[in-house]
Amino acid sequence: MFSHDVLVVGAGLAGMRAALEASHRGVDVALLSKVQPLRSHSAAAQGGINAAVGEDDSWEKHAFDTVKGSDYLADQDAVEILCKEAPADIVELERMGTTFNRREDGRLATRPFGGAGFPRACYIADITGQAILHVVWEQLQKGGIHPYEEWFCISLIVDDGVCRGVVAMDMMTGQIQPILARAVIMATGGLGRIYQPTTNSIISTGDGTAIAYRAGAPLMDMEMVQYHPTTLKESGVLITEGARGEGAYLLNSLGERFMSKYAPEKLELAPRDLISRSEWIEIEEGRGVDGCVLVDLRHLGEARIKERLGQIRELAQDLANTDIAREPLRVRPGMHYQMGGVKTDVDGATPIQGLFAAGECACVTVHGANRLGGNSLLETVVFGRRAGRAAAEYAREHSSPAAISEAVVQKDVESIQELLSRPENGDRPARLRRELGETMSSNVGVFRSEEGLRAALAKVRELKERYRQVPVQNKGKVYNTDLIQALEVGFMLDLAETVALGALGRRESRGAHARRDFPERDDKNFLKHTLARYAPDGPRLEYSPVTITRWQPERRAY
Amino acid sequence: MRVNLRVRRLDPETDGEPYVQSYSIDAPESATVLDSLLQVREEVDGTLAFRCSCRSAICGSCAMRINGVSRLACKTKAIEIAPRGQGIDVEPLANLLVVKDLVAEMEPFFRKLRELTPWLVPDEEHPPEREYLMENRRAVYLSQFAGCIQCGVCYSACPIVAIDNEYLGPAALTKAFRYCHDPRDHGRAQRLARVAREQGLWRCHTVFSCMEQCPKGVDPTQAIQQLKKMVILRRLGLSR
Repeated sequence: MFSHDVLVVGAGLAGMRAALEASHRGVDVALLSKVQPLRSHSAAAQGGINAAVGEDDSWEKHAFDTVKGSDYLADQDAVEILCKEAPADIVELERMGTTFNRREDGRLATRPFGGAGFPRACYIADITGQAILHVVWEQLQKGGIHPYEEWFCISLIVDDGVCRGVVAMDMMTGQIQPILARAVIMATGGLGRIYQPTTNSIISTGDGTAIAYRAGAPLMDMEMVQYHPTTLKESGVLITEGARGEGAYLLNSLGERFMSKYAPEKLELAPRDLISRSEWIEIEEGRGVDGCVLVDLRHLGEARIKERLGQIRELAQDLANTDIAREPLRVRPGMHYQMGGVKTDVDGATPIQGLFAAGECACVTVHGANRLGGNSLLETVVFGRRAGRAAAEYAREHSSPAAISEAVVQKDVESIQELLSRPENGDRPARLRRELGETMSSNVGVFRSEEGLRAALAKVRELKERYRQVPVQNKGKVYNTDLIQALEVGFMLDLAETVALGALGRRESRGAHARRDFPERDDKNFLKHTLARYAPDGPRLEYSPVTITRWQPERRAY
Repeated sequence: MRVNLRVRRLDPETDGEPYVQSYSIDAPESATVLDSLLQVREEVDGTLAFRCSCRSAICGSCAMRINGVSRLACKTKAIEIAPRGQGIDVEPLANLLVVKDLVAEMEPFFRKLRELTPWLVPDEEHPPEREYLMENRRAVYLSQFAGCIQCGVCYSACPIVAIDNEYLGPAALTKAFRYCHDPRDHGRAQRLARVAREQGLWRCHTVFSCMEQCPKGVDPTQAIQQLKKMVILRRLGLSR
């Protein structure tokens, strides 16, 4: 039976940073992912990674911007750690070999980003995520880490309240195996695919979040879902905030820089929740262009676009037939990021002993109700590192799991057998996923209301019912993506339920959660986190206080 | 719009011999080859296997041969290569074994990369106080090569890999150049010795296939030629 000290599930930036840290601390580390690590969604991060590295900047300013951006829902002790530790983590990435853009004097260059009082997004053109992801992966190639590449995690093994490992499927053989570990770190990224469209990769199906939830770990602030202001209409593909960081304008059909009405000081560099709502209103009130607004980069000049925004120029050309150096590009708000996730402390520990989480699938929470651009890559390296360290220490202090009974695996084997033997008359997984994406986008999007949220919840529950009959057409063992997709849709439905239910319970507007029926923030009743706990008939909601250290909630204007 | 795909398939569990299966679907005009494959898998044939993730040409999953040319399926519009609904040939990457259908066994590709010390070898004795200082121009130039997404298109397109399976190939050599040219790196001597071996960079015949087919504009041909120059100057004792 496979057994390790620390098993990391998910090999994006958070997972790989965690694995690297744990392995530096001398424990036996394994890294499991359903894709080769370089295929992870971290590669799609474009614009930057925040750190107060400038002479006139400070971690306190970064922390304040983050807390205000979060609409005061972030836990401020976690934000302080994020921002204090950021410069050292970025310098470490640089010293590992990342090719960050530079200032005249050779030091790290920074660009302005939304909701930030200072240009503090370090960047590599508009391929920041890809460049960093590859460098961290290269560090892992020095050896010492056991890879489980293209292995799909199915469930956690929790014995008497203690996490003992996972059950996973080797996608090359279809074999289902237990992998024991003293500590497990979930780092499986976001759940964007419960929406359609989304900027997220096809693999972003929230697996680890759902697996932890089913095993009893509470999910926090799941209703907080970020829409990015600049995504392509059909595909949902991301156009970086770095475009506006470099000076691009947002225009309506009248050619107005409409953000002057909504954020007179920050304009195009207001935080994402505010810009997405503003765009939505412009479009709704008839000042859109074909259901979109325009992002105009022409005045930046071709040379600057080529050096710093080459990727989005190519994407706009390929996917929207638009040369951004010559014409404005149609964009609209698109689902982008999940602020909520598996509740952890500042060292990645979840309430389940031996289970840790980091990155987008976790909720520390440094983003609260709205994440600032450039803070997600940062979260992956700071809290990935911290979770790696804590898990390694935990593994040292705890003995190897005793042999577990085969029955643990048997349950998953049987449920997959059952899935594969169903008659083929139910709706295919893709059909359920599409209906889920549509209902989440229509009813749990930029603006929400009681009526829409109730409709979404009812729809999710209907889909869960139909999911019981979902067939798998492919009965093969080798690389059976049909089966994988069926399992993913099961995870997605569980998570969507927590998002819709959490949104229903939060009868106020805060950050990305904008209720048309409750348009004001309500600190008296809702300055608190939503916790969703798994129960067979649907999530149970609880609430917990927000940690405030030094920034009392204020009116949030930009 | 009608999209007609002719997909080369292989199921190691049942046949062992590859065959071509045709699919005809009604897709939107904006559909890429990847969109079309996804539509086939989701609506027509759940047994079809291929890799994909980001849909935006940055994760490197969906490299395959389309009408004989190695490319990313997500970066290839169906309407552009088959404007009148002609059949589109879709095959797995060349020069690698096939796991199933369009899923290639990438391990030899990554193994060659790992052999060339694909990480920055730091100066252990004189670490900088903070970040290393570097000219922006150099950082931008290095980023062109660091922008390689390891998709395997160049490896599949390379006529030398096709005749010599142990040749390191364009992507691994590009990574070697990216670090050898990095002013922060101290692993140059070791790396140059490895690339100069028998099945290393001298096998490159400068056919430019990698440069032409790279979906990211990385230009491996340039990297290999620069690397050759480094090796020669070193042999002549004209540089470190």
